[in-house]
Parts: sequence; C-alpha cells; structure tokens
Amino acid sequence: MKLKLITDVSRSFLIARWKQTLVAAIGVTFSITMFIALLSFMAGLNDLLDGLILNRTAHIRLYNEIKPSKLQPVDLSEIYKGYYNFVNSIKPKNEKAAIYNTGAIINTLNKDSRVLGIAPKITAQVFFNVGAIDLTGVINGIDAEAENLFFKFSDYVISGNYMDLKNIPNSIIMGKGAAEKMLANIGDVIQVTTARGDRIQLKVVGYFQSGIRDIDNIQSYASISTTQKLLGESDGYITDIQVKLKDILLAPALAKQYSRLFDVDATDIQTANAQYETGSFVRTLISYAVGITLLIVAGFGIYNILNMMIYEKMDSIAILKATGFSGKDVHRIFLTIALSIGIFGGLLGLLLGFGLSAIIDQIPFVTASLPTIKTYPVDYNPAFYVIGGIFSIATTYMAGFFPSRKASKIDPVIIIRGK
Amino acid sequence: MKDKILDALKISKYFHDPATVKVIKEISFSVMKGEFVSIIGKSGCGKSTLLYILSTMDTSYEGELFLDGQSMKNRIESDLAKVRNEKIGFVFQFHYLLNEFSVLKNVMLPGLKLAKFTDKEVEQRAYDKLKILGIQSEALKYPNQLSGGEKQRVAIARSLINDPLIIMGDEPTGNLDKKNSEVVFHIFQELAQEFNQSLLIVTHDNEFAQKTNRIIEMEDGRIIRM
Ligand SMILES: Nc1ncnc2c1ncn2[C@@H]1O[C@H](COP(=O)(O)OP(=O)(O)O)[C@@H](O)[C@H]1O
Ligand SMILES: [Mg+2]
Repeated sequence: MKLKLITDVSRSFLIARWKQTLVAAIGVTFSITMFIALLSFMAGLNDLLDGLILNRTAHIRLYNEIKPSKLQPVDLSEIYKGYYNFVNSIKPKNEKAAIYNTGAIINTLNKDSRVLGIAPKITAQVFFNVGAIDLTGVINGIDAEAENLFFKFSDYVISGNYMDLKNIPNSIIMGKGAAEKMLANIGDVIQVTTARGDRIQLKVVGYFQSGIRDIDNIQSYASISTTQKLLGESDGYITDIQVKLKDILLAPALAKQYSRLFDVDATDIQTANAQYETGSFVRTLISYAVGITLLIVAGFGIYNILNMMIYEKMDSIAILKATGFSGKDVHRIFLTIALSIGIFGGLLGLLLGFGLSAIIDQIPFVTASLPTIKTYPVDYNPAFYVIGGIFSIATTYMAGFFPSRKASKIDPVIIIRGK
Repeated sequence: MKDKILDALKISKYFHDPATVKVIKEISFSVMKGEFVSIIGKSGCGKSTLLYILSTMDTSYEGELFLDGQSMKNRIESDLAKVRNEKIGFVFQFHYLLNEFSVLKNVMLPGLKLAKFTDKEVEQRAYDKLKILGIQSEALKYPNQLSGGEKQRVAIARSLINDPLIIMGDEPTGNLDKKNSEVVFHIFQELAQEFNQSLLIVTHDNEFAQKTNRIIEMEDGRIIRM
C-alpha cells in the first residue's frame, strides 16, 4: 500500500480537525520544551556543583600515608600463624609523609600515554600568627603553571596574579576567609609558624576563593620551593603527586596499578568524591522523572483526541473499509496522525526548549562563592535533544497505538447497518 | 453460456443477540456476467444481511461464496479488503461519501488504493466516471455542497472506479425522490446495457425491480422466487 495515500488520508483527517490536533501538538510541545529546559538547567547546575570539587581534584592522587606496620611481630611467629592476633606493639615510626623517588615517578607518569598531565604538591600544616593568637592553616606548595593548566587555579584566584607565586620569592596566595580574619591585604607580609616551630615571613600576592567556606578559611597557596623552605626540606620533597588523566573513567584501575608500581598510596576521584556523583545522579533522575511525567500527560492528551477523532470518523472508516482499505491501512492512517502530532509538536518543543535554555542562560546569577559564574548555568548537551525527540515520538506512538488498533477493528457492517 | 461471476451455495447466517435466530436460510443463487438482478422482499426479511455477506464485509456465515470462481471462505481480512477494492463496487442507501475530500478525490480513493494506474491516470478515470454520471462539473466541490441525488451519483461513480466485476447496492434509491430514483435507475440500466456491467441491487421499489433482468424475491430469509 502506497505511503503517499496513507499520509494523504491522514492529512485530510488532521486538517478537518485542526483545532484539536493543534491542542494535542501544543501539549507535546510544552512538555518537550520543559523537558529540554529542565534537563539543560539541571545538568548545567550539576556541572557547576561537580566542577566546584571535580575540576580541582586530581583524577588520581599519589601520596604516602602514615600508618602502622601491616605486619606486627606476632604475625611473623610460626606458632600464631593461624590465629587472629590482637597484639599491636609496633607503632608508626617517625616516617616522613613524603613520596620517595619522586623524580623517577614523575618521569614514568609523563611517559604514560593515558596521563594528561601531573602537578606535584606539598601540603604543610602551619599556624598563621595574628597578634596574640595563631590560626591553623594549610599551605599547599604548588607548581603554579601546572596547577592552573590542570586544575583551573586562576579561576579561583580572585585578586592578584597566580603567576606571582612563581615570580615573587616567599609569596603566598591566601584563602579569602583566612585573609579576612588576619586583615591581610595584598602586599602585606604575614608571619607563619610551621609544625616544627620555625617562623617565616611571607608576602601576600593574592586571594583565593573556592566557594567552599571551609576550604577558604584554611587553605593557602605558595610555590613548591617556598614550601620546601618553610618545612626545612630538600629539593625533592613532594607529598602529593596529582595526576590528571585523559579519560577520567580509567582512574580507579590506574590508581591501583600506580599504587602497586610505585609502592605509594593512591586514591581515585570516584572513590574520593562518591557523594557528589550521588547528588548529581539524584538531580538528573528528578529532571528525567518530571520530563517524562509531562510527556505522559501529553500522551494522554493525544490518546483522548485520537479516540474522539475515531469516534467522529466511524462513518469514514466504514466507507474506507467497504471500498477496500484493510484494517492495517486504517491502523496506519491513525498512527500517522498520532506520529505527525508527535513529530510536529516534538520538533517545535525542541526549538522552544533551546530558546528557553538560552533565556535561562542569560539570567544573572551572581554569588560571592562562585567567582567565575555570572549567569545561571546551562548545559546544551545534544543528548537531551536526542532523548527528547525520541521520547516525544515514542509517547505519541504509544498514545496512538491503541486508538488506531480500535479504528482498525471497526466492523463496517455495524456502522452501515446503524444508519 | 455466460460466465458465472457470483455464486452463492447454501448460505445461512445466524444472529445470536438477543436469541439465536437464523436470518438467512440456505440461500443459493448465482449472477451471470452483465446481468442486472434485483432483490426484493419485505423489510426485515434479510436482504441487507445477505448483501453484506455477498460483498465479503460480513464473514460469519455458513455455506460457500464464490466470486469470479474463487472461494471467499477462510480468507484473511486484508485479502477480502483487496477483493472488495478490486472486484466489488458498493452503493449504500445513504450516501457515505468522505466529507474531508472533494468529490473527485472521493471517486479516486479506491483507485489510488488499488494502485493499478498512476495517480494521474486514476484522476482521469475518475473524471470519465463522473462524466458518465453527468456530474463532472461538480468534481471539485465537497460532498456537503451537493444534493442527495448528486451524492448518490458520486457514490456510483466511486463504485465504478476500478471497473468492478459487480456492483452491489443496498436500496440505493431508498432515500431519493421519484425523479432522482429514476435517474439512478437509468444509470444502472445504461451501465448494464452499454458497459455489460453486472449489478445486484436490493430494493423495496417494485416498479424499479420490474424493469431489471431478473427479480429475486425473499421472504423470511429464504428465496421464494427467482
Ligand atoms: N446485529 C443484529 N443482531 C440481531 N439481529 C439482527 C441484526 N441485524 C439484523 N438483525 C435482524 O435480522 C433480520 C434481517 O435484517 P435485514 O437484513 O436488515 O433486513 P432487510 O434488509 O431485509 O430489511 C431482521 O429481523 C433484523 O431484525
Ligand atoms: Mg435493509
């Protein structure tokens, strides 16, 4: 049976009832519009919130954790081999938190094709001296260039230039919260005390604000060499190696591999930040649930209108069948009507959804804790449009299927006799 | 001598609602090529029921039905639809045109469905059929702009579009005035005489029936005269 004839008949039925058809199509349009706008906005928000942590977190962090010896003497004893032993006489020894042989590790990592880049880091516990009291804080010794390249460091330096860390000796970029408490302005010199009791003076060259208050109150940044000097350590002293991978999904597997290979501790981003993934997942789930609910409501609209149309068109269906159209043809005619509503309404919905996302994208959203964000975040992910399109067609197909089947089963004799 | 185009063999039909009633009782008869046959009988004697069976729209019956030598028993729905499309032209008492389509398109639809000719050819044929019925000037109007007699002529044009083996009519003049009834009768007569078209027309108009080649009279589900 020729497709052209089917579409021809469908179109005539549609045009004869164009008002109802339009209402049905608007239902689909509305739901797809909301679906797209909602998902784009939610995904934008997710990216933003994830970015707060994930952008700045290494995919794999290599470090050396201070921990007790795995094998206590009693475990080595032949006699107690098969027993569960409680005697832990050997405490952690006075080990440094440094990674040994950092040069070799960094060389190996740089050669690994799966690695995008690495940034070494030192964390040092310090006290900031303010008048008579000391504030606890952490100074991160970083390679300013690598840190910016891989972890967008400059996004969070709200005043001053991050490269000053490298260019000005004994400089520090202070967390905004810590700086406020210390009344430290840019250009001021502050005094810190290290864990071992040494005092050192550092020049404030900028402020750092991550958007997470706990971090901004404690963390500050200095160059690697400044931090080494602060700790009285030699050149090779590194406590963390941050690895950024080309494919974040490889992180758990590679973390295990590196841990074995270099004999260090390694954490991957997925394990370290599982709670963020859960949050994103729930938000995404809610968006989909709302979007799909809207679509189902629109589907019922189509179902109703098609049922009504079939009721009105009983006579026409009977004539079509009496003159040689089969049940299958009639089924296809009404499915075509449903799908036309879905495709037309859906396409319009995708366009309007894009428009609405673009509008949301323009709405100012200024918050002190998110220095780089000026408007509401929107993720223009093409996948949402594909899903929206598929859903609109699938819903209208299902909404159209049963009425169409009903139409195809109409017995012309009953209709003709009924006249 | 002539080809048997329709052959009914002991056709019976029951209705089960409200009680089981046998409304068609072992009816057997045949229609030859070019014959103009009328079926008469009192209201309720089963004429329409029989015609729905003969036109393949009703499939729940006993007995055998042959159209063009082929049995219509145990054929699937789409097969029977094809038979109706190709071999049977049906004219109802009420006009039963599709109001969404122009007169021309109404006539064309069964032809487009058959797809034996191109769309252009079907259109030309539809014009030709409308001309036979003298209403080609109304081709581009819509059914609701026509009178009852004109509508019935459009329905006849539609029944002719695929050059059917047989035209069946269920009281096609039942809803028309005297003058229009005569017009329709003359059209049928002309089709039978000039185009050798076979016709099987149910009517309660005895005057109409007298002028046909053969009268089949029914009573209470049986043929009492033929
Ligand atoms: N769907 C049905 N269910 C039960 N009885 C029916 C049905 N349709 C018709 N009948 C009965 O069958 C008989 C024949 O009806 P019909 O063929 O319409 O008669 P006619 O066309 O000769 O007037 C009538 O008695 C009618 O009441
Ligand atoms: Mg009748």
